[in-house]
Amino acid sequence: MSTPRLNPDPNESELIQRVCAGEKECFYTLVRPYERAVFAAAMSILNNTADAEEVAQEAVLKAFKHLASFRREAKFSTWLVQITINEARLKLRKDRRHLYESVDEPKSDDEGDYIPKDYADWREIPSETLQRRELREALKRALDSLPPKYREVLILRDVQHLSIEETAQALGLTTGNVKTRLLRARMQMRDALAPGIDGSWTSGKTEWERVRPW
Amino acid sequence: MKVIEISCLEVWRQVSNYLENDVSAELRERIEAHVKVCAHCKAVVDGTKNVVKLIADGVEYELPQGFSQRLYRKIQDD
Repeated sequence: MSTPRLNPDPNESELIQRVCAGEKECFYTLVRPYERAVFAAAMSILNNTADAEEVAQEAVLKAFKHLASFRREAKFSTWLVQITINEARLKLRKDRRHLYESVDEPKSDDEGDYIPKDYADWREIPSETLQRRELREALKRALDSLPPKYREVLILRDVQHLSIEETAQALGLTTGNVKTRLLRARMQMRDALAPGIDGSWTSGKTEWERVRPW
Repeated sequence: MKVIEISCLEVWRQVSNYLENDVSAELRERIEAHVKVCAHCKAVVDGTKNVVKLIADGVEYELPQGFSQRLYRKIQDD
């Protein structure tokens, strides 16, 4: 469904060995393909550019220090993202413990079904529409409005194109949890974006009609 | 063979798995038959598919300017 974006260096295993053997200068080459994934993972939790950069960079340095303990049970990219997620959660806990209660949220998702709120008919998006400022701004607002536990899975799976299994590994969830949260994240995004579907993004109209059957 | 009907709620529960191609051939057939006759579910499935397509380019999470240089320097200085 989606294009893989985490393209490792073809000599990744060799690079890891060389760094472990003391060739420090190889480390940047090793992590360069994952810079965006690491930053986006930090953003998915912190939702603040400066904090996300700080955490992303600290996470990469941490990976560097602990590279010898990388066991290759997971992909290097997943391991790196996992370290970043942990660092981001630590930072959140430290900085805004009182504002963010779901850091240690239970791993079950016992919420009920998600009922769509809007049924605007949304077919193919013309490619020129994708670049419209209004649409991109609405997209950002919709992403910002998601609860962090949904934003995390959405960003790792649909923005960074990790597999469901890799997303689960990176977040310390089961694949079942990931699927449940992914469904809710995508549905909430759709509802958040639906108001513009019949309106300004596709036709330049400023008004839109909400479609509600009930 | 007649396709067994499926409810709107079941379509909503499966929309994400359907887009992941993570449903059985039988369920896929049921969902597709339902969507053909239910405009609301068609809107939900199409819209969700479009959300996935929209965020796929990652524009919202581009690296800040100078990120790579700063990271490179940090690694060197470490």
